[in-house]
Amino acid sequence: MDSSATTAGTGPVFHLEEEHAHAEGSSTMLGFWLYLMSDCLIFAMLFAAYGVLGGNYAAGPAPKDLFDLDLVAVNTTILLLSSITYGFAMLTMDKGRVAATQAWLAVTGLFGLAFLSIELYEFAHMIHEGATPQRSAFLSSFFTLVGTHGLHVTFGTVWLVTLMTQVSRFGLTEANRRRLMCLSMFWHFLDVVWIGVFTFVYLMGMLR
Amino acid sequence: MPDTLTRFIFGRLTWDSLPLHEPIVVATFVAVALGGIALFGVITYFKLWGYLWREWFTSVDHKKIGIMYMVLGLVMLLRGFSDAIMMRLQQAIAFNGSEGYLNSHHYDQIFTAHGVIMIFFVAMPFVTGLMNFVVPLQIGARDVSFPFLNNFSFWMTVGGAILVMASLFVGEFARTGWLAYPPLSGIGYSPDVGVDYYIWALQVAGVGTTLSGINLICTIIKMRAPGLTMMRMPVFTWTSLCTNVLIVASFPVLTAVLSLLALDRYVGTNFFTNDFGGNPMMYVNLIWIWGHPEVYILILPLFGVFSEVTSTFSGKRLFGYTSMVYATVVITILSYLVWLHHFFTMGSGASVNSFFGITTMIISIPTGAKIFNWLFTMYRGRIRFELPMMWTMAFMLTFVVGGMTGVLLAVPPADFVLHNSLFLIAHFHNVIIGGVLFGLFAGIAYWWPKAFGFKLDPFWGKVSFWCWVVGFWFAFMPLYILGLMGVTRRMRVFDDPSLQIWFVIAAFGAVLIAAGIAAFLIQIFVSIRKREALTDPTGDPWDGRTLEWSTSSPPPAYNFAFTPVVRDNDAWWDMKKAGYVRPLSGFKPIHMPSNTGTGVILAAFSVALGFGLIWYIWWLAALSFVCLIATAIGHTFNYHRDFHIPAAEVTQTEEARTTLLAAQG
Repeated sequence: MDSSATTAGTGPVFHLEEEHAHAEGSSTMLGFWLYLMSDCLIFAMLFAAYGVLGGNYAAGPAPKDLFDLDLVAVNTTILLLSSITYGFAMLTMDKGRVAATQAWLAVTGLFGLAFLSIELYEFAHMIHEGATPQRSAFLSSFFTLVGTHGLHVTFGTVWLVTLMTQVSRFGLTEANRRRLMCLSMFWHFLDVVWIGVFTFVYLMGMLR
Repeated sequence: MPDTLTRFIFGRLTWDSLPLHEPIVVATFVAVALGGIALFGVITYFKLWGYLWREWFTSVDHKKIGIMYMVLGLVMLLRGFSDAIMMRLQQAIAFNGSEGYLNSHHYDQIFTAHGVIMIFFVAMPFVTGLMNFVVPLQIGARDVSFPFLNNFSFWMTVGGAILVMASLFVGEFARTGWLAYPPLSGIGYSPDVGVDYYIWALQVAGVGTTLSGINLICTIIKMRAPGLTMMRMPVFTWTSLCTNVLIVASFPVLTAVLSLLALDRYVGTNFFTNDFGGNPMMYVNLIWIWGHPEVYILILPLFGVFSEVTSTFSGKRLFGYTSMVYATVVITILSYLVWLHHFFTMGSGASVNSFFGITTMIISIPTGAKIFNWLFTMYRGRIRFELPMMWTMAFMLTFVVGGMTGVLLAVPPADFVLHNSLFLIAHFHNVIIGGVLFGLFAGIAYWWPKAFGFKLDPFWGKVSFWCWVVGFWFAFMPLYILGLMGVTRRMRVFDDPSLQIWFVIAAFGAVLIAAGIAAFLIQIFVSIRKREALTDPTGDPWDGRTLEWSTSSPPPAYNFAFTPVVRDNDAWWDMKKAGYVRPLSGFKPIHMPSNTGTGVILAAFSVALGFGLIWYIWWLAALSFVCLIATAIGHTFNYHRDFHIPAAEVTQTEEARTTLLAAQG
């Protein structure tokens, strides 16, 4: 191998001699951030729709008639705790402890399921009382905003199970760590969105 | 019982859903079916299915995906233009009591389909294809950041196109206009499948567009060659970056608003209804918050093309590079602050209308700066009037007129008169044809030799050019006049016979454009036949300035044998001037992504899901959704997605090029 191509040291350098390494997955974090921001826009739209339509009860039930703040507070706590446990999973992942990581992920998943169960119970209760999504524009936008968040948690849980399977089969490899990192961002993102839902929909709804 | 069973299996799909009572549609179907069978037969006869599957459909090579996007755009252009010329013919003859030859049911579908297809399935694939092909080459990368995602995005776009095309023969398309405003698009006034086709075609394609936007942003941010700082990036790469930022920041809005419309139609919610507190004007606001950035998504990359073409064919560095970049960024930001100018007549009051009128007018400032930059680049340059440069000149002359009528429309009181008139139609065709389409033809003529290794035939290119340009002026200037006289858009028949002459002139223009499209197709055909004579072994046929011209034509799978190091804005020009010698040895194995068929499969399930939802075939929708998720999860279990091209193979490829170059002397 000669170096005639670059006349090393004397003339201008036009190319790299060694293969330029874009490490596998080097763009993944940026790409996933961008995806989260696009998802954030969908939630922004749903918040905007709720902002416009949230007061249109059409002579139907209003937030005060429907919301059970105690239940929502419990649910909020569960989701916030699940973010903490996911954080513990990431800490143990950094130390390379597979079993502990899996355990924390499982706890996170259970919190996620508990959150979903309570949300479904809340929805069922409301529908049972006649407060269906069809009843008024307020309820349409309420169910869509909260339901879209719930749908995200559902997908997050499916993803969590998938990753736990992959960690158990292939260990905490580079690729799996990256994937856990993405899900971590996704999970915390849903937490942030929920804080918005809790504040703007539930708390401020009670003040209307 | 069998009736219930039939309904379960086929939903609301019945024999009556086939438009057998529309002779025009039947004839089209026969022609398309015969053409399709012939194509299928030819591919099968020459045993090309395996080749197409291995080398193209499953390819993750950004160049091949880019070319497939262009093919999709071209095929859909023929469909979209057929709609256009049918409307022109109808409007030219429907006078003096004549009903024309299209009934209102069919005519309303045609103007809706024309708009939807031209924006989503012609302009978008063309623009995305161009960016896909060119950007990685311009930044000295081997591929995009997420090659599999790129393939998947392409097939989702195809999936959307398939659903739109299916609506022509199975059921019907929306009769609502291209943005499907409620309450007309609600279930009460559009109970049929048309709007559902519209919703799911755009949702499927929209997923592809959003992901492709994320992919190209990451590529430009992360994959640039060493030395290629942001302010050294070619202007086309800059405009691509801004376009993809716009895509990622606006397509989710479309996804969300169409989801809400779908909920209204499927679940019976009240977002955009007139009853129970719904608000139809919210739909109009939301869809234009996507819709206005969308027009800049279409035009910005072409501003990049014109910048590359002007500086290359003037033999000069681009005038005002920095101002060009800032103008692009300013347009990107301003495009989010003007959406309300699409409905000044909503009645939001003088202060709101003034704000949006002024922001709209401000956009003409950075755009005007660009025009002057191109003019100053040409000033005292050695201009070569090759085809790409001709398109650029035609663009500058045509687009400026469209821009000025746009500023006119931005004045709210004027807009109250011109709203929904043919003046508006003339304006946006003026900028979309004169800007986007002319730019695409410039870009195709410019980069074709890079993609295929031979130039396009100039004679047929010039025939196409003159037919298009003259045809455009004939087709749309009459619409300005008609619009000023107060003629509204989407009319099927007319009472006033004095208007007819203008519609006849417009129809004549459309015929000229048809000739332009035909000449373009002939140009491609003739060029392929004469490829030996038109061949370009150098890889740099135009004496180019940016990195894509430094590699061979067509570029090898790995683009560059060694990653280039950039020292200047016009990197390749700098290399040529500084005595660059092409390296002949020392090749290393190159790390590349592997092909995969998962993208095709996922998109196929998405089409099935959409079809099931459109026709209320719930089992099909549920089944394909489950398959979609399962396939996606299954794909993540594949950890071996790449391979190395051995150094020997790189050496062989590069030596072949050395021989070719040596033969040139």
